[in-house]
Amino acid sequence: MHAFFRAARLDIFESLRARWFAFYALVFGGIVVLLFVFGLTESRILGFTGLSRLLVTYIQLCVAILPIFVLITTVRSVAGDREAGVFEYMLSLPVGLAAWYWGKMVGRFTVVFLPVFLAMAGAGIWSEFSEIGVPWDLFAVYTGLLISLTWSFLGFGMLISAAARSSDVAQTGAFLLWLVLLLFLDLILLGVMVREQLPLEAVVAIALANPLQSFRTAAILLFDPQLVVLGPAAYVILDDLGRTGYLAFALVWPVALGTAAAGLGYHLFRRGDLP
Amino acid sequence: MISFVNVVKTFKRSRVLGGVSLEMAKGDRIALVGSNGAGKTTLIRCLLGEYTHDGHVLVDGLSPRANRGAVLARMGFVPQIPPPLKMPVGELIGFAAAVCKSNPKEMVRVIGELGLDFDRIRKLPFVKLSGGMKQKTLIGIALGRPSDILIMDEPAANLDPEARHIFFRLLAARQDDGVMLITSHRLDEVAALVNRVIEMDMGTVALDDRVADSVDMTSRLACVLNMSRADAAFARALSEWGFIGAGTQWTGMINGPDRLRFLGMLSRYTGIIAGLELKESEKCVA
Repeated sequence: MHAFFRAARLDIFESLRARWFAFYALVFGGIVVLLFVFGLTESRILGFTGLSRLLVTYIQLCVAILPIFVLITTVRSVAGDREAGVFEYMLSLPVGLAAWYWGKMVGRFTVVFLPVFLAMAGAGIWSEFSEIGVPWDLFAVYTGLLISLTWSFLGFGMLISAAARSSDVAQTGAFLLWLVLLLFLDLILLGVMVREQLPLEAVVAIALANPLQSFRTAAILLFDPQLVVLGPAAYVILDDLGRTGYLAFALVWPVALGTAAAGLGYHLFRRGDLP
Repeated sequence: MISFVNVVKTFKRSRVLGGVSLEMAKGDRIALVGSNGAGKTTLIRCLLGEYTHDGHVLVDGLSPRANRGAVLARMGFVPQIPPPLKMPVGELIGFAAAVCKSNPKEMVRVIGELGLDFDRIRKLPFVKLSGGMKQKTLIGIALGRPSDILIMDEPAANLDPEARHIFFRLLAARQDDGVMLITSHRLDEVAALVNRVIEMDMGTVALDDRVADSVDMTSRLACVLNMSRADAAFARALSEWGFIGAGTQWTGMINGPDRLRFLGMLSRYTGIIAGLELKESEKCVA
């Protein structure tokens, strides 16, 4: 356990010193500032105002930016460290492979999640002081969803880093995965539905297996309890799972997926050449 | 103490180690030499448990891969290329000492002996140090922990003459404690440090021989050199060895283990050497 915390701490401090982290933190902090500056809390869309309105936009931006950021920075850092000889030296020290791998993942999770969360928390605190209503219950569920999304893509990133032998291959793999999941949001599923006339339940199940989609649908559900914007798919989701059931699924499934991917990555890491 | 039993390592279709079998006993100071691609680094990585392979690598009966904690706690390692770590030197030492369960003050002491002011570099990112400073820090970490197996990849390549002398002295202090494995492209770099030479070629052991063990690693030689004429290139080379002089007469000190390397350098200028005196002048007790 001692080595695990040491490895996590090491990764956190290495990341905090990296340029990508400064840029990453700036992007998420900047987004929130810009949303305030452009008066988003004053505007109204589908009945949302104040911080709820800002959170809707912020969460949509997170779906677009967070996964690719997490994937690319993770594979660049992990596969890049291996390529540069960091693993050769650090793993010549008597640190357990499980402690190193999982410590690295938890450390990385901390640095990729914190800027996103702090930007959102900053918006919440600012709203509280500005006497704009803060929906803290929504805030809590959003935080959970963000943790879930971040963890799942971090797991994919760790798996790709363990499987790829160079950072170039790892980056290409990460980008391709993101692209496939993005395409599965709408384009491919739409095609499947139209051409194959699959049962709606099967199509919805495929869609929700995609952590991007499960996150996005859960985010919509928080503000649109009837999921009107989803059309007929809403009946399948709400009839089979209900609102609470679906939110629980959207929180648990990406975490399970990320953990399984990271677990497979650990298996490859432990069984293969370390440097 | 260390056994390599028919170790085979293949990367895709390329066989890098082709059935290496070796025994290394306590007291062995081994120069692992060979050209690029001979398999030296791969062999070391197998010993560190970093590569999967066919055959067996055992350290007192334990596999470094399956018993990482127990085996690596006994190994000090200095890589050829220092890792590009952004963390401050103090943090690196803290991490290494914590996972090795050793005293960081001992590592700092060795670093200080090698001529580095630790207080000045403790907050500097490791990656920003010069090549020599990185090397001294990594040597300090390797020698400052209780390890009986020392693995060093071109360890003295970036060290200045004074640091090399201290480094040799530190090695001399522990030469019979365990196994020392030093890799180099050139035998003359490490010949005086070792009592056994293993030459690798195309992934196999081409030569495994004992060498004379008469050079005192702590000795220094006073050298007086006369030249028939001044030569700018030769003067530059002598300055790099810390020699003082001008024109045709130069004086300086050579570390005992460096004598072969020094004579190798002189051999390039034999035509202008008019006189040479090498005299053992100092003996340090480690």
